Amino acid sequence: MAALSGALRFAMAEIQGFVSVLPGVAARPPGIVAANEPLPEGNTRMRYSGLRVIREALTGHRGWTPVWRDPAPQASYDYVIVGGGGHGLATAYYLAKEFRQARIAVLEKGYLGGGNVGRNTTIIRSNYLLDGNEPFYEFSMKLWEGMEQDFNYNAMVSQRGIINLFHTDAARDAATRRGNAMILHGADAEILDREQVRAMYPFLNFDNARFPIKGALMQRRGGTARHDAVAWGYARGADLRGVDLIQNCEVTGMRIENGRILGVETTRGFVGAKKVGVAVAGSSSKVMAHAGMRLPIESHVLQAFVSEGLKPLIDGVMTFGAGHFYVSQSDKGGLVFGGDIDGYNSYAQRGNLPVIEDVAEGGMALMPMIGRARLLRTWGGIMDMSMDGSPIIDRTPVEGLYFNGGWCYGGFKATPASGWCFAHLLATDRPHETATAYRFDRFMKGLAIDEKGQGPTPNLH
Amino acid sequence: MIINHPLLGPRDAQEFVYLGDARLIERPDGMAEGAPQAFHDHVYLRDNPAGEHRELWYHEQGDRSWLVVTRNTVTHEITGVELARDVARAKGRSR
Ligand SMILES: Cc1cc2nc3c(=O)[nH]c(=O)nc-3n(C[C@H](O)[C@H](O)[C@H](O)COP(=O)(O)OP(=O)(O)OC[C@H]3O[C@@H](n4cnc5c(N)ncnc54)[C@H](O)[C@@H]3O)c2cc1C
Repeated sequence: MAALSGALRFAMAEIQGFVSVLPGVAARPPGIVAANEPLPEGNTRMRYSGLRVIREALTGHRGWTPVWRDPAPQASYDYVIVGGGGHGLATAYYLAKEFRQARIAVLEKGYLGGGNVGRNTTIIRSNYLLDGNEPFYEFSMKLWEGMEQDFNYNAMVSQRGIINLFHTDAARDAATRRGNAMILHGADAEILDREQVRAMYPFLNFDNARFPIKGALMQRRGGTARHDAVAWGYARGADLRGVDLIQNCEVTGMRIENGRILGVETTRGFVGAKKVGVAVAGSSSKVMAHAGMRLPIESHVLQAFVSEGLKPLIDGVMTFGAGHFYVSQSDKGGLVFGGDIDGYNSYAQRGNLPVIEDVAEGGMALMPMIGRARLLRTWGGIMDMSMDGSPIIDRTPVEGLYFNGGWCYGGFKATPASGWCFAHLLATDRPHETATAYRFDRFMKGLAIDEKGQGPTPNLH
Repeated sequence: MIINHPLLGPRDAQEFVYLGDARLIERPDGMAEGAPQAFHDHVYLRDNPAGEHRELWYHEQGDRSWLVVTRNTVTHEITGVELARDVARAKGRSR
């Protein structure tokens, strides 16, 4: 059933993408081109469509061609984006599409989407509290809502709703305050009482002696997306617009003269660039060290978990406010869940058993039935944990070098807005209006954006 | 991970709380020229290396001592454990 509805959704998104090729596009601000505009001259590769899917199904799927080219690096570009994760690919896509820039390359040390964008638990939401954050994440949510039509690719964006459970009166007050902040910034929020939560998920442990469930903050527009497909959709969209996506190309140095960047040294030779944008998530400190910078970032490992496939059980996303545990169910039926970061600096892309035990305990406290499910896999990704838990999208002291990072464990939901805002900064040298707070100097100025109020202890955010 | 405590012998890392880079011991002089910048760098900036890392662990579920642990952030291998007190004294910081 899940597989069938997945296939249907796939076909439907393709049909929507196909239909929206038709003309009749509303006026948009200058410099911004409309979604689904014709592709650059000479680009004949076919768009996906429902008809195409049916035709290929009937002819043994022999007509599909590679989704992007595999070019060798050119001697120089106008823009070099370092990092082929979600953020780097989205940046290249919007640079080409919305900001009409050309001569763009994305340099990726491994394969596209092999980093955190392919390792996360796929939750998208805009339920932040602070002024510096919420408009940005709501902008991102709006981009999610139009993404599949925009890049003509099925990213399985599913607004299945997210609830954050609360267990005390004080936590209800905090959730109400957060919900009001969300509404003030144009997002949606509701407070559910205990019975409303019970109607949705009767199997939860409502009367846990320490953490009884008192209700939840609900964002119906939140949900999940197919993480890999997000990377692939942006990659394909960028490639179609002439962006060179260069894999197996690690940046190993930066050529900087008189305070200006001239290009990057890579495992495939020197690549010149007028502007370099770095979006390498967990590797941020390593890459920016090539420019002599120390960052307000520590790298930490976050683990995630998936159970064996089960019948439909959880149709939304749920977070347990007491321990740190969150869960959703993939379209294949696996429970996808996670909890805290391991808590010590790590570049290992794998965690240790104590956190696995802690997450399992959180799951048992919230929904004891989970103890009957078998764990299929666990894995880890390297988080760029910042000093206040919020990201940075900013210029650097080096002319022509720009930085995007500090996404902590929450950068997947930010992918579209991060790409858009970074492209905006690269193309115009001004921050996008929703990203003006994401500056390096906020720590010097005492303007940290600290949602949890933890102070400069990255492992607690 | 097992931390070989200099006084108590091998202990499970679970008994400890992690603070981070051991350079946090080197608190700048608040009265010196350029102190605001020095404090900004001290509090907010990190080397964050991939490889050997000297870091502060607090034995909260044990003897409440602070340790400086030398650990590889790529392999998680621990190669050295010292009392933070000794490290600070060697730097002339502690009484
Ligand atoms: C287990 C887990 C669960 C998560 N769950 C969620 C969630 O539910 N919701 C959410 O919003 N966020 C979540 N996140 C966070 C989110 O995945 C990240 O914040 C986000 O993916 C980071 O941006 P990115 O996609 O660009 O990173 P990445 O995909 O890591 O991209 C960075 C790329 O840079 C490349 N690179 C590094 N160094 C170099 C170099 N020297 N030269 C060239 N390329 C280089 C890497 O190979 C990598 O491909 C989760 C993360 C993990 C690990």
